[in-house]
Order: sequence, then structure tokens, then C-alpha cells
Amino acid sequence: MASLTLVQAINLALIQEMEADDRVLILGEDVGKNGGVFRVTEGLHERFGAKRVVDTPLAESGIMGSAIGLAMGGLRPIPEIQFEGFMGPAYDQLTNHAARYRSRSRGSITIPMTVRVPVGGGIHAPELHSDSPEAIYAHTPGLKVVMPSSPYDAKGLLISAIRDPDPVVFFEPKRIYRSFREEVPEDEYTVPIGKAKIVEEGSDLTVVTWGASTVQCIEAMDSLPEDLSVELIDLRTIYPWDEETVVESVNKTGRCVIVHEAPKTAGFGAEVATVIQERCFLKLQAPVQRVAGFDTVMPYYKLELEYLPDAARIGKGILECAAY
Amino acid sequence: MGATQTQVPPADSLSAKLPDETLVGWLKDMILIREFELRTMAAYQQAKIGGFCHVYIGQEPVVVGTFAALQHADPIVTAYRDHGHALARGMHPNACMAEMYGKLPGCAKGKGGSMHMFDKPNNLFGGHGIVGAQTPLGLGLAFAARYENEVIGEAINYNQDAPAKRVALVFLGDGAMNQGAFHEALNLSNLPGQLRSPIIFIVENNKYSMGTSIDRGTTMAHDMKVKADAYGIDYLETEAFDITRLYDDFKPFADACREEQKPGFVNLHCYRYQGHSMSDPQKYREKTEVEEYQGNDAIDNLTHHLVNERKALTEDDVKTIRKDAKDVSKEAQKFAEEAPEPSIEGELYSDVYANIQPNLSPMDHYRHGSTNALLED
Repeated sequence: MASLTLVQAINLALIQEMEADDRVLILGEDVGKNGGVFRVTEGLHERFGAKRVVDTPLAESGIMGSAIGLAMGGLRPIPEIQFEGFMGPAYDQLTNHAARYRSRSRGSITIPMTVRVPVGGGIHAPELHSDSPEAIYAHTPGLKVVMPSSPYDAKGLLISAIRDPDPVVFFEPKRIYRSFREEVPEDEYTVPIGKAKIVEEGSDLTVVTWGASTVQCIEAMDSLPEDLSVELIDLRTIYPWDEETVVESVNKTGRCVIVHEAPKTAGFGAEVATVIQERCFLKLQAPVQRVAGFDTVMPYYKLELEYLPDAARIGKGILECAAY
Repeated sequence: MGATQTQVPPADSLSAKLPDETLVGWLKDMILIREFELRTMAAYQQAKIGGFCHVYIGQEPVVVGTFAALQHADPIVTAYRDHGHALARGMHPNACMAEMYGKLPGCAKGKGGSMHMFDKPNNLFGGHGIVGAQTPLGLGLAFAARYENEVIGEAINYNQDAPAKRVALVFLGDGAMNQGAFHEALNLSNLPGQLRSPIIFIVENNKYSMGTSIDRGTTMAHDMKVKADAYGIDYLETEAFDITRLYDDFKPFADACREEQKPGFVNLHCYRYQGHSMSDPQKYREKTEVEEYQGNDAIDNLTHHLVNERKALTEDDVKTIRKDAKDVSKEAQKFAEEAPEPSIEGELYSDVYANIQPNLSPMDHYRHGSTNALLED
């Protein structure tokens, strides 16, 4: 057991999976000699060589397309896209190819690929480097979408993703890459895709969130009145998401606040809220609340913290919902 | 132009040294594709095939001639005009036709359709509907083949008797020259020490991307070699009108790409006799142009060579070959018409993920809320 950051936990998972399976290889911009733009792949080039940690030029369509071809050819590629905004050029390959081959080939050709993508705001970067596009990929049948909120979960979820028989978009929240450490077992372990985590148990109100917002929610809960018992759920997987855990919780509490960084309209919170009204309607004590990013282009760093849901906004949303 | 224009292959050429039965096999394969596609057109016109449909008539020698220079374990990807690739790679005509009919015994249970022929046992990794987007996929397959040989050291995905050194083929239309993914893949394919891979980009240069002639859509169309030169990739220019010449040009080129595990670029002149798809008014070309190319038809030319020069076949033999191909195509259509339809329970939500996800099912509570337990009370 060691106390690791999220970056270190991911790095460890990559090393262990590459050691365990020759079919696993990494490709992307500066992933090799330079160790990745966020240094997530640091040391892997030296350890596994240029054939398994492949430096590519800045060419996202070529990276994603090649990775899909590698997967078709029987390997388990892990392409890295440097920032979520750079997924644009790779979008065609990911959604029109990777997501559809299992269906198009009646299951004979599958894409066991894990696309690693740093995501979200909070690091004083501009738009294209701070966005939260998870709903776009969750809306693409054939893809799985994962976003951890802690070093422990990051390692376990990444190992699950690499071993998964289908393509997984693995979003890594940049804001918490190095913001805190957590005890992470040295041995390999998995955290199942599709299973949410109840971060804190409670009985009065349910908060559903994912990614770096989980940390903001924990902070918000510290300043709530002591007699308000809040259950905090980190989805961990955006698709296929853990409806059962959320429904069970909201049926218990009757109130729900959903928190995410992405713009509110058509964000994944809209899907969660809809399922809650479908399945918890008779138990609801209050309208489902959303505390989310605004429907605007991700602002430059001077206004970034106004955009991102913080503990104060989340706390206000919780109190309003609780008082209804 | 006409059959008499074709040159007898020089006695020392590769194809001249091949036995008669090999060349007769090429003729049979080309005629089968021709007859199959005529059936396809008829079925489409009768509204028995849905979606879109792009037939390969005129381009048959491209796949037959290039595949003859390959190993079965060499992976292949292509674009959406893919029925010929599937048949030439060994897909059963019944499976190919049933796929276009959207029927269960199709090569992809009727889920892919005309543009998406997949045949993993024959190492055909799909027809693809986005122009040029299949190029990096082929690069990945080529790199995987090299990786398998150099890093893993044993076959993981192909027949155990596959050659250690394989080469991947990507077939593209000339319209793909104008797409970004194509250029990214060419650049990646020749990066020393990185993704440099045994891949051959075969441009099926039939002169038109849909209704846009290559001169109107592609800069430097008169000198395509510059596109390969830009990436330092070996270039071959050849044509499909005489399949023996195509083979003679392509075989040593492909062998070198395999042996040296390097990329290659082939500008392969050919011509499609039919429209881009089945609903193409063909305002972009004169009928006389089509007729001129039809007068230099690869099937006619090879027939002439085998009957008059090699004397490997008689006219009656050729008639029999054509009749057999017609019969096989007719049988394929009959098979497709009688084949079972895909079921909602079996096919609507299967094969999206390895494991069915709960809300993919039309049978559960997501069906417009009609089976929502809350509404049943």
C-alpha cells in the first residue's frame, strides 16, 4: 500500500497491465520520451520500449484510427488524447468505427480499446482544455464512459477498462490529478465498470455526481447543518450507469441533487433526473435539482471558478432541495 | 480501345509463368463478381435490397489481381463499394447477398448491409461508409501484424500458418485523396521507428468520387506520385484493364512491402461502368466515355488471352463459366429471399456490447414507459 496521487495510480495501473499482457500498448502525442502532457506515462517508454509506448505526431484521427485497427488486429491499445477538446478530430473514428464494429460484424470484430483523455476544468486552462463532454460519448451506443474521482478508483477502473471487451472512454479529471493522495494497493485489483460508489451514506437527500465534482461535493457537505443527512453517490461510470444504486437511494431519501461540470442543458444530469422521475416519481418529495456548469463556452481562467460548481453553489442547491 | 489492344504478356513476366488454371481462376472470379453484381442491381431495382448500394462492375480485376499477389492472412480493409472484395476474399455469395437483404444468415446477420461487409475468417476487416476514414484502420492492422511478429512473437489473431511478415491492404477511392484521415495515415505509416508499417494504400482510381471527377476534386490529379513522394512512400502506377499486367506490376511491389515491412502507394487506374450508387443520374460523364472503357474490359481481355493466345479455354468453356456464375448468383438471391428475417428479440440490441446492458432492451421498462411499474398501479 502506498499513498499515491491519481496520476501515480494510473501510471501504476498502466505498468501492471503492460507487464501482464504483451497485447497492451500505448500510443499518443508525447506519451513516450516526454511521458505525456500530464506525465501520466512517465517512465513507461524506458521500461517497455518505443514499440509498446509509441510516440505519434499531433494527429488525433490517425491516432484513434490506428488504435482501432490495432484492436481489430487482436491487440489492446491505449491511445491517449491530450485534452478532451482534441477529441474532435478523433470523433469520427471513435463513434463511426470503434463504437459500431461489434454490431456491424455480428460480434466477430470487437474493439477492446481504452481511450485515455484528461477532462474538465479547474487548472486555469482555456476552453478545449477544460471541457466536460462526457454526455456526448454516453450518447453513443457501443462506447463505455468512465470517470474516476479518486486514486484508488482510478487504478481499479483503468484495469477494468483495459480488460474490457468493448471500447472505453476513460476520462481523467485534471483538477484532481495531483490535488490529493490516497492509499492505493500495490497489487492489481479491479473496480467494476457500471457500479457507482456510495461515498457517504445518508437518509434525507441524495447527491449524485462524478469526476472532480465529487471532491467539491464532499467539501460542500462539510458545511451543511448537522441534522441534514446527505447520501453522496459518485457514479464512477457514466455509461452504463448504475441506475439501481441511484434509484434505491432516491426512493429512500425522496430528494436528489445532481452535480456536474458540463453545461446544464442536455448534460448527463438530465438523463439521471429523467430516470429518477420515471422510477422514483411516487417517492419524490421535491423536484430534482441540478447544480451544473452554465450553457456557455467554458470561460477562460479569470471566470473559470464562477463557472464550475463549487462547494457554495452545491451547498445552496442541497439546502434549497432539502427545504422544499 | 478493344481486346485486340492488349499486349500478350512477355514470356518472362510473372503471369506468363503461372499455370493456366491460375489465370482461369482469375477469370472465374471476375465473372462471378460481374454476374453477382448484375443480380444485385436487379434485386435493388425490385426494392428487395434496402439502404444504398454501390456495385463493382468494371472494377473486378482490382481485387482479383491484387489478392492473387497476397497471402490469405494479409488483412484487408476497404470502402463501401465492397461486394467484390468480399467475394474475392472468399465470402460465400449467399452470405453476401443475404447481408444486403438484411437477413439473418448475412455475413453480419443483416446488421451491416451493402457497405459493411465483414469477414473475419477471411481477414476482411470491413467495408466502411466514411470516405477515407478506413485508412488509419488499415494502418493499425498493419502495425498490429508487425507488432505480433516483433513483440509477441506468436500468432494471436490469424491462422497459425500465417507468414511471420504480413502486409495490410487498404483500398480507397480516388475521392479519399481529399480527406484528412488519409493524409494522417500516410504520414504515420512511414515514420521511422514508430508506426512505420507494412501497408499498401491502393487507390482504386475510377476517375470519379460520386459525381465529381478527380480533376475537379483533387489537386495534382495528373501526377499522383507527388502524394506518395510527400511522405517518402514507394509509388506504383498501374491499371486494371489487363489483369496480367496488374499482377505483374503489383506482385513484386507487394513482395517488397512485405519483405521490408514498409508502406506502398498504388495508383490503380480502373473504371466503374455503373453509377456511383443505384440512384445516380450520371450527368458528369458522357455515355461514349463509358462505352469506350467497356470496349477495353478486363474480363473480355483475359478471355481473349486464355482462348486465343494461351489456348487454355474454348469459347464453350467460357460460356460454361459464365453460366455457372449466373447460377451461383441466382442461387444467392434465392437463398437471400428465403432466408429468415432478424428478430427483435435476437438482433435489435445484441452485439452492441459484449454483455447486454439493461436499457438496450426494448422489452424492459424503457419502452416508452408503457411497462413502467409505476404506471401499472
